Amino acid sequence: MEDMLAVSIWRGGEDGEFVSYDVPRLENQTVLDVVTYVQRKLDPGLSYRFACRVGMCGSCAMTVNGRARWTCRTHVSRVADDGRLEIAPLRNLPVVKDLSVDMVDFFDKWAKAGGAFSPTKSRADDFAAIPPGDAKRRQANAGIECIGCAVCYTSCDVVTWKPGYLGPAALNRAWTLVNDTRDGLGRARLRLVAGDDGCLGCHSQQGCQEHCPKSLSPTAAIAGLKRAVVVAVLKGKL
Amino acid sequence: MSVEGIQSRVWLAQRLSAMVLAVAVTVHLGGMILAVQGGLTAAEIIQRVGGNGVAASFYGIFVLAAAVHAPIGLRTVLLEMTALNPRVADGVAGVFAVAVLVLGLRAVLGFYQLGAV
Repeated sequence: MEDMLAVSIWRGGEDGEFVSYDVPRLENQTVLDVVTYVQRKLDPGLSYRFACRVGMCGSCAMTVNGRARWTCRTHVSRVADDGRLEIAPLRNLPVVKDLSVDMVDFFDKWAKAGGAFSPTKSRADDFAAIPPGDAKRRQANAGIECIGCAVCYTSCDVVTWKPGYLGPAALNRAWTLVNDTRDGLGRARLRLVAGDDGCLGCHSQQGCQEHCPKSLSPTAAIAGLKRAVVVAVLKGKL
Repeated sequence: MSVEGIQSRVWLAQRLSAMVLAVAVTVHLGGMILAVQGGLTAAEIIQRVGGNGVAASFYGIFVLAAAVHAPIGLRTVLLEMTALNPRVADGVAGVFAVAVLVLGLRAVLGFYQLGAV
């Protein structure tokens, strides 16, 4: 193991540049540890975003050696065999400064995709009884652990080519709600996610599921939405 | 009908036409491989498909499926890879669809009539 890591970090906005830093290599070290070391010891002006450090909040995603990753759970030993790290902001989102990107578009698209739960009962009603083995519940559970890190969004070429495309995370969220029997938005949500900028824009390249740190499959969720759209079209309901 | 409804039907039309094309292309390639065993000449082709109603119907459906499928794909490519206004992309795809349909059916009809002479 090398004593030092050669780290290149993106500094500035969209027209910024990579700046090199030497960071001590440790036995057990994550990429977020490296970025934190640079900010605390070498360059306090470095901007980046993190919160939980345990893979729950989804705020520390960055592009590490060309691939989007959650940096708090990415060990340096897995990605920097030759002792080199290149850390850049996520693509497909505007760079605010250094490693911080503007997530507004990403989360606005969750709202556009009908990502908010639409209850059919009030707090006065009893709990909804849903068997764990229920087929729709299993479909919802498959995508429910999304942490909103935007790694899928930044890895999706369709988002790059078509900025209006809702993206894998928002569509995955919509699919979990389509399968939530307590939700009442129904076909109105299907209308939100149909069309060229919705699920039908997906080319099934599967970059989202290849890169998802939670090993979810937004591609499968989008395929489910496509099937639901086809059924609605054939029934004349869309 | 809503924009999403129209776009969903266009998307579905491309999938359905792809299913037709999958069969049509397989039959076409298989037929060609079999046919060239006896030599590939214009006379031989005309003898096989000219005046043949089954061949004309098959290739008519082939052309129809291609005229539906390819322009929808072209529209998607234009929307994703160029800065064209969506309405312009619709127009280009529409013109391409008419061109494929007219040229394709003209070829099918031409071969059919050659055999009928």
